[in-house]
Amino acid sequence: MNVVTPFEGIGASVRRKEDLRFLSGRGQYTDDINRPGQAYASILRSPHAHATIGGIDIAAARAMPGVVAIFTGADMPDLGGIPCGWQIHNKDGSPMAEPMHPVLAVDKARFVGDAVAVVIAETKAQARDAAEAIEVDYAVLPAVSTVTAATAPGAPLVHDAVAGNICYDWHIGDKAINEAAFAGAAKVVEFDLVNNRLIPNAMEPRAAIGDFDRTTDEYTLYTTSQNPHVIRLLMGAFVLHLPEHKLRVVAPDVGGGFGSKIFHYAEEAIVTWAAGRVCRPVKWTCERTESFMSDAHGRDHVSKARLALDANGKFLALHVQTLANMGAYLSTFATSVPTYLYATLLAGVYTTPSIYAEVKAVFTNTVPVDAYRGAGRPEATFLLERLVDVAARETGIDRIEIRRRNFIPSDAFPYQTPVALQYDSGDYQTTLDAALETAGWASFEERRAEAATRGRLRGIGISTYVEACGIAPSAVVGALGARAGLYEVGTIRVHPTGSVTVLTGTHSHGQGHETTLAQLVTDRLGVPLAQVDVVHGDTAKIPFGMGTYGSRSLAVGGSAMVKAMDKIVAKARRIAAHLMEASVEDVEFDRGTFRVAGTDKTKSWGEICLTAYVPHNYPIEEIEPGLDETAFYDPKNFTYPGGAHICEVEIEPETGITTVVNFTAVDDVGRVINPMIVEGQVQGGVCQGIGQALLEACVYDAEGQLVSGSYMDYQMPRANDLPMVSVATHVTLCTHNPLGVKGCGEVGAIGSPPAVINAVVDALKDYGVRHIEMPATAAKIWGIINAGHRLAAE
Amino acid sequence: MPQVTLTVNGKTSTVEVEGRTLLVELLREKLRLTGTHVGCDTSQCGACVVHVDGESVKACTVLAVQADGTQVTTIEGLAKADGTLHPMQEAFREYHALQCGFCTPGMVMSAIDLVQKHPAGLSEKEIREGLEGNLCRCTGYHNIVKAIAAAQEVMHGRVQTLALAGD
Repeated sequence: MNVVTPFEGIGASVRRKEDLRFLSGRGQYTDDINRPGQAYASILRSPHAHATIGGIDIAAARAMPGVVAIFTGADMPDLGGIPCGWQIHNKDGSPMAEPMHPVLAVDKARFVGDAVAVVIAETKAQARDAAEAIEVDYAVLPAVSTVTAATAPGAPLVHDAVAGNICYDWHIGDKAINEAAFAGAAKVVEFDLVNNRLIPNAMEPRAAIGDFDRTTDEYTLYTTSQNPHVIRLLMGAFVLHLPEHKLRVVAPDVGGGFGSKIFHYAEEAIVTWAAGRVCRPVKWTCERTESFMSDAHGRDHVSKARLALDANGKFLALHVQTLANMGAYLSTFATSVPTYLYATLLAGVYTTPSIYAEVKAVFTNTVPVDAYRGAGRPEATFLLERLVDVAARETGIDRIEIRRRNFIPSDAFPYQTPVALQYDSGDYQTTLDAALETAGWASFEERRAEAATRGRLRGIGISTYVEACGIAPSAVVGALGARAGLYEVGTIRVHPTGSVTVLTGTHSHGQGHETTLAQLVTDRLGVPLAQVDVVHGDTAKIPFGMGTYGSRSLAVGGSAMVKAMDKIVAKARRIAAHLMEASVEDVEFDRGTFRVAGTDKTKSWGEICLTAYVPHNYPIEEIEPGLDETAFYDPKNFTYPGGAHICEVEIEPETGITTVVNFTAVDDVGRVINPMIVEGQVQGGVCQGIGQALLEACVYDAEGQLVSGSYMDYQMPRANDLPMVSVATHVTLCTHNPLGVKGCGEVGAIGSPPAVINAVVDALKDYGVRHIEMPATAAKIWGIINAGHRLAAE
Repeated sequence: MPQVTLTVNGKTSTVEVEGRTLLVELLREKLRLTGTHVGCDTSQCGACVVHVDGESVKACTVLAVQADGTQVTTIEGLAKADGTLHPMQEAFREYHALQCGFCTPGMVMSAIDLVQKHPAGLSEKEIREGLEGNLCRCTGYHNIVKAIAAAQEVMHGRVQTLALAGD
């Protein structure tokens, strides 16, 4: 065994182990997999947002070349609906409305893209040709595509049994205390805002292959998933009624997820079920046009907010009312996003003593809406950080100063908010100071003046935020309605030669777990990084797991690995004690070497591992052979990353085009394992946030047609739309997990949108702009500037 | 069905295709070169970029029959036979210019062509403009731009070894 270099452990910017295969075309994504005898599926989707289905004529399609089978919803009477994983209760204690989500639409199509039939054929092209030949007798119904339209009196009902299209009417906080606080306030700031609907757009379109083994009656699903065990549970138990031991789910290399690949989708059930029916593997690969109309979308909130302040600008109370779009059906975690991942974050980094939030979740004739990078926390942060800026302007208090006055002080942790969460650590003043310094906040007015000489409107904006991730204590989320536990599982499998295989229940789809998780092993056990492999994404290999979302992989999955390594070290010390004829208490272990304390007697890692598997000289009566341990870790709390983001923009008044010229992020993500990867995660998240703020809008027209249904209509951020992003970390350790880590996957997308919009509003401050809705497109800004000119002229 | 003969990564193949078969389908499904990816259906994302007779093209926008008689290079053909990575591949690794890896093959192939067409060197702005046809959802492009800036120095022979990204 090589001597361990300290440069591969915790804190080292190790280059990624997974990169070689991705850079040489040897990655294996779902669509790269082909099974012997494979047939291809094409899904026929509704072109109407809302229509009854009178009949489906498959005769012509069935006769087309290569067609193996055609199935409609009527062929699947025994299948369950696609389940929702989180039950929310109404203000009155009754459970939410939870209408059946059939795998294929039966009597009614409820959004453009709703799956109506599936064709299985010898080739992809033949399947598509035949799908186009299916005749569906639709009777088009009036549709609702926005929460505003869906909650209007007399609005068409998405589900006949759901009155007013209301899925739930939920609240958190004490209403009476809140009202009293408002009554005594010196100043109340009121503010309406929208959080724009987004389409996640991971670059790899979804894909799924169902396979059925007639010898063993076992099904295998290969799928583009962030959490294969969760898919096995949801699809097996609720939809297909297959026991876990007869269902294997493999999520191989996955090309980005951002939340959209957490959820159990109908296509996964369709190909698995169809593989059993046609006794052949069935492959479905989503085309991008289909992705736009079938991947779960994100955000889509309409809110009213009121902030009560005292005469000194201290926040007294916050009242928020939000309408959240669920789409036509409840996706896996949809119901938790605008409640426990949103309203619980409305305290932000402030000491606001009273918060009362009311959230109505609303059905519409649109694609289901669910978690997208940040999931609820970006919506809370945008609302709060825009509101604070508006309050600063309307009270005349500087926007930095009003934040400082209201920050939770660094000596107040653990800090109990009025909306359920208890923050464990943070240092908001210091993070803010670091961001202000890096961004050159103090010298901004010079840059504004210089830009003015070039005819440009320059603005600067800030957001200071906290989020909650590392989801989450099982007992807590269970009490709140989650239908699953949210622990994580790690196996450390030490081989006879001392190399290590890690089996983790988390899943890597860009995060670099194969490197970061291996670094934990190198750091603790002293095994060189090259001799540590991380395996994920296969229910047949990994004991169990809840997957990757909510920045939980390191905080929860890494902690499970630490627990498993504790067991490994404890056992290895006993073996070492036997070999060195010492008592266990006297054996020390430090990165690859066992030593009898105070002596020069040592045994190497390799010697102990070999002994564990070749137990010739071994206390076989007391210790089992082998060195292979599994641990389940249930987190004690959420983790609370936070930080300060500062954005500087320049607007060209003639065109309204906004350019982000500087972006500074100083984030507290807890202990940093691989700084290079953390920076990359934050840069990527910030750029998705800039995309939300300036470019991206999912648009449905009033009839429920998806207007922004391609890359020609939905503006993805391209290289030339984005700046270099300055990233730094200021660390306070998480106090309740063994690594002290908090999570870095979503902070960028959470902190950045309000910083951008605050900068845009600042740039337009001479035009009387109080707020501008996202995305702040060139057309919107040009309109503001030109209306301003006309007003000035009048 | 039409026959197409083309040389991919130095190996000549003759395959039967439908008239409507795209070059990317030929590469992925007939030749099993799955390193070239399909990320959209409107020629917007660039995940499928390969080199045809030395020029970067979106393989989803070329019919297989149009590639008859051409020399095609895909991501699988970039490294030397001994496994030595192309300087652009090496730079992407050194600068953490990839996360999920899905856009990466197209991004690398586009970047190589971009650099080759600009022997005088590219500024950050020119690199960003040159990536107009390639989407990445993970990185925010920051590290991709840095990787290309570093790789061009090696590719044009201005330095012998890639500048390291540092920690």
